[in-house]
Amino acid sequence: MSLNRRLLNERGGEGHRGPSLPACDVPVRPLAELLPGVPLRASLDLPQVSEPEVVRHFIELSSLNHHIDKGLYPLGSCTMKHNPKINDELAALPGFALSHPLAGDEANQGSLRVLLELQRTLAEITGFAAVTTQPVAGAHGEMTGLMLIRAWHRSRGEGEQRTRVIVPDSAHGTNPASVHLMGWETVTVPSGPDGCVDLERLKAALDTRTAAIMFTVPNTLGLFERAIREVTAAAHTVGAQCYMDGANLNALVGLVRPGDLGFDVMHINVHKTFSTPHGGGGPGGGPVAVAAHLEPFLPAPVVEERDGRLRLVHDRPHSIGRVHSFNGNFGILVRALAYIATLGPEGLRQVSRSAILNANWLKARLARAYELPYPGHCMHEFVLSGRGLKAHGVKTLDVAKRLLDFGVHAPTVYFPLIVDEALMIEPTETETLDHLVHFAECMERIVAEAAEDPERLRTAPHDTTVGRLDEGRAARELQLTWRKPATRPTDQVSPAGRS
Amino acid sequence: MDYPDDVRYTQDHEWAKQEGGVVTVGITSYATDQLGDVVFVELPEVGRRLEAGKSFGVVEAVKTVSDLFAPVSGEVVEVNGAIGDNPALVNQSPFGDGWMVKIRPADAGEFGKLLSNVDYENLVEESH
Amino acid sequence: MAYVGLSREEEQRMLRDIGVARFEDLVESVPADARLQRLLKTLGPASEIELRRMLGGWAASNVADRVPSFMGGGLYDHYVPAAVNAIAGRSEFATAYTPYQPEVAQGTLTVIFEFQSMIAELTGADVANASMYDGATSLAEAALLARSQTGRARVVIAGALHPHDLAVLRTYLDGKGVTVVADKGGQCAAEDLQSALGPDVACVIYQHPNFFGLLESPRTIHRIAHAAGALAVAVCDPIALALLDPPGAAAGDDPGADLVVGEAQPLGNTPSFGGPLLGYFACKAALVRRMPGRLAARAVDAQGRPGFVLTLQTREQHIRREKATSNICTNQGLLATRATIYLALLGRRGLAEVAELCVRKTHRCAELAAAIPGYRRAHEGAFFREFVLECPVDAAAVCAKGRGMGVLPGVDLGQFRPEWRRHLLVAATEQRSADDIARWADVLRAAGGAR
Repeated sequence: MSLNRRLLNERGGEGHRGPSLPACDVPVRPLAELLPGVPLRASLDLPQVSEPEVVRHFIELSSLNHHIDKGLYPLGSCTMKHNPKINDELAALPGFALSHPLAGDEANQGSLRVLLELQRTLAEITGFAAVTTQPVAGAHGEMTGLMLIRAWHRSRGEGEQRTRVIVPDSAHGTNPASVHLMGWETVTVPSGPDGCVDLERLKAALDTRTAAIMFTVPNTLGLFERAIREVTAAAHTVGAQCYMDGANLNALVGLVRPGDLGFDVMHINVHKTFSTPHGGGGPGGGPVAVAAHLEPFLPAPVVEERDGRLRLVHDRPHSIGRVHSFNGNFGILVRALAYIATLGPEGLRQVSRSAILNANWLKARLARAYELPYPGHCMHEFVLSGRGLKAHGVKTLDVAKRLLDFGVHAPTVYFPLIVDEALMIEPTETETLDHLVHFAECMERIVAEAAEDPERLRTAPHDTTVGRLDEGRAARELQLTWRKPATRPTDQVSPAGRS
Repeated sequence: MDYPDDVRYTQDHEWAKQEGGVVTVGITSYATDQLGDVVFVELPEVGRRLEAGKSFGVVEAVKTVSDLFAPVSGEVVEVNGAIGDNPALVNQSPFGDGWMVKIRPADAGEFGKLLSNVDYENLVEESH
Repeated sequence: MAYVGLSREEEQRMLRDIGVARFEDLVESVPADARLQRLLKTLGPASEIELRRMLGGWAASNVADRVPSFMGGGLYDHYVPAAVNAIAGRSEFATAYTPYQPEVAQGTLTVIFEFQSMIAELTGADVANASMYDGATSLAEAALLARSQTGRARVVIAGALHPHDLAVLRTYLDGKGVTVVADKGGQCAAEDLQSALGPDVACVIYQHPNFFGLLESPRTIHRIAHAAGALAVAVCDPIALALLDPPGAAAGDDPGADLVVGEAQPLGNTPSFGGPLLGYFACKAALVRRMPGRLAARAVDAQGRPGFVLTLQTREQHIRREKATSNICTNQGLLATRATIYLALLGRRGLAEVAELCVRKTHRCAELAAAIPGYRRAHEGAFFREFVLECPVDAAAVCAKGRGMGVLPGVDLGQFRPEWRRHLLVAATEQRSADDIARWADVLRAAGGAR
């Protein structure tokens, strides 16, 4: 019998109190006097709960989560590596935690130093000239990168004509979504049978309407596009820019630099490659690195050093403007810098090396039980197809759900779209061999179960707090708050708010 | 799988039924089978002009979203209000209560160009 | 050290299992002449001891942790109860991934649902999402939504919006179609707003309390906006919403603001040099299908057990791709968790008490400043927990004096506009004691040339 499955609004009651506040030590004048004529609210219907009950509530909820400190997340293109604990402590240092960006450069030399050092080191790692830390997520970085490209085309009088972006059919969904945000058009180019982009089709698609190409390297199949320099050269020939989606940077760190492959701009997911914690969905960090010709367009302000003093420079006439309230997710960037400093040059090279080794070992092992659409060596991730299990009436979704029973998070499923019943697997470099073996054994057991007891897979998971949830019903009923069932989306409200 | 013979079909899995100068349009049971649970349908307003082959709305399932393509050109004269409150009707009765729009066709010839139930069934079987 | 737990022997064994002789065989698809031939030149390697020394030194060179702060301007020094750190710092919350497999993420999903519920309550809106990058981008997304919803292009800003919010909005809208209605006496005048509207206006955006801390007239603004067929977008501080009539709720014949967005950093999060922050996004139910970001909904499993799932995912980039309403993937998960814990700990009374303390202390500052020669309030309207002080010297000089005397006396508005160089934006939170306030007054006196 569990006491503990109530929401906050079902707990506590009148008179329950959390931590108290100091008594008011300035003259207590009535609010009506201090806020004359200001309409105040009649009621605030938030729960009242004591601290012990709040703690129990959230601790109980915490026990319902899988997390990287507990077990593997072999999610392709997510790079769920260990989150070093020293980094959390450093980000929480009061000098960082309390620093206020509007206090002036003199008061914030320490914070500015973090940003400058991180920019320099990310530029070195990626082979670019300059970095902005304002974007706070990969998607945010994509948007910023495309805006930089647009600004560059405009500076050359080609802003109106260049409205198309070419992506491979293996691209992550944020790529076309970001293109759409710009009001541009996505042109998709198919991959060849080797999993790499069809170079001839790409060249045919390139013309003077192309603003940019957007590529992930290695691609979402975990394959390094051998012809990538031909790709970027072809794009440059028609006057287009080359954007790299940095989601798979973990395969490249210390091995090869995107700037050396002909790219002009990329975003970096610090919550992937640089170990910052995922927090249940954020915060992340999406710094953008650019080649020298795009540097003048970077979001303002930028950090500069002169005579040992650091300052924020706002006078940047070609800047695309701000994309964030301040300078990006500083608290996350501290962690990324600490991680890089912990590793140093040798450690960084070790990252891609071990990531690639782990992925290839796992691929070789799982090739015995699963179909491998691209059997050659992979980089840091690879894709299996669960197609072979269809004969037993089992789908990739069922494989994913059954893994949850074994204490392993599912890999990325049904992506990339070009592989049927895809399972995209990325172990990362911080998994030890016994965890890789355990994961492989779970996957093999599932294949055996598919033949012996497919129903067990189709109804998985069995050992989690809830089973498969009815998502169709949830989307139709749409209860999004505890207050009352959400009014149906077709209800009329303000005259202007009607669809 | 249902392939009623009293309607005609498009390659994009819509069906169209002509009755008394009005064409009723919906999506086929093959479409609903592929989509899964329909959670929302975005439909045009009465009076909107549609063009054959162009998108006139969107059908949303849990994990996919699909455009709806007009089988014939014309003016929307009626929209099925019931599926706003109960999108499940599309899954339960795709050829019946789950209908979507009624069109007054602009070009009488277009309806005849749509696929017969036999041709549509072949199309579906082939893609498997 | 790279957090890699593989021995040389294991590496060799793995290479053999794969069927290659050397690691280099695995990366032969990377052209040899593209590969780095040298080690990267970066900081490190550093042990924890060395890291603490280096980064600790940088942190200590910031002024912030040693001095009471009267700074606001979008980021506030509110108290973070100990239980927030204790709970949110746990691995289960801090190191969990996005809840795409809901069966093993009910903790995260439940917290998101509770966050959505409490934001909806605070704002008076029907629904709220799982959070956005920050208040500024949340506002930009609200403007984009208003444009696609109404089919109109122009965005009108009614009065004093935070300059950084305005800057981000302009970037997102590519600098086009943004009209700013000037503030008169610090607030938006109804007649100025009225004359700025037309059939091309998608939304009217106002901040309440505004950038100067002054209170606007939401119901009036809503009426004017709706009459012109535009949506009303309110930008509100969440602490202020503990006391103020929530703009998202209906009142009389005003159905309320269509969208309420803002920066929720004050709820259980530190300023942290401006990031990570916590944007919130709330709106009327009719707009839910156009909302960006993630949404958690109640759900049930096959055995009738209740739970939560991410819903309406078809709006999102990973499914809708080029038809996506936005490209956003992330929410500020951990900060939303912290905010939820904070709101749970304070509750309706505690939050109202925090807000009341802020109001009283800030007004006390204004009272004291009025008695110091050379200082006066720049505006006359009612204000909440911030106000603008016109100083006898540059505000930058007051701030420099303050740093020397161990107080951060406010935000120098001269950094935004040259005509504001004598203007100091002052905020006092519940953390500022009467003693802190007395020292703050001393700074003003000293900077103004008095003894």
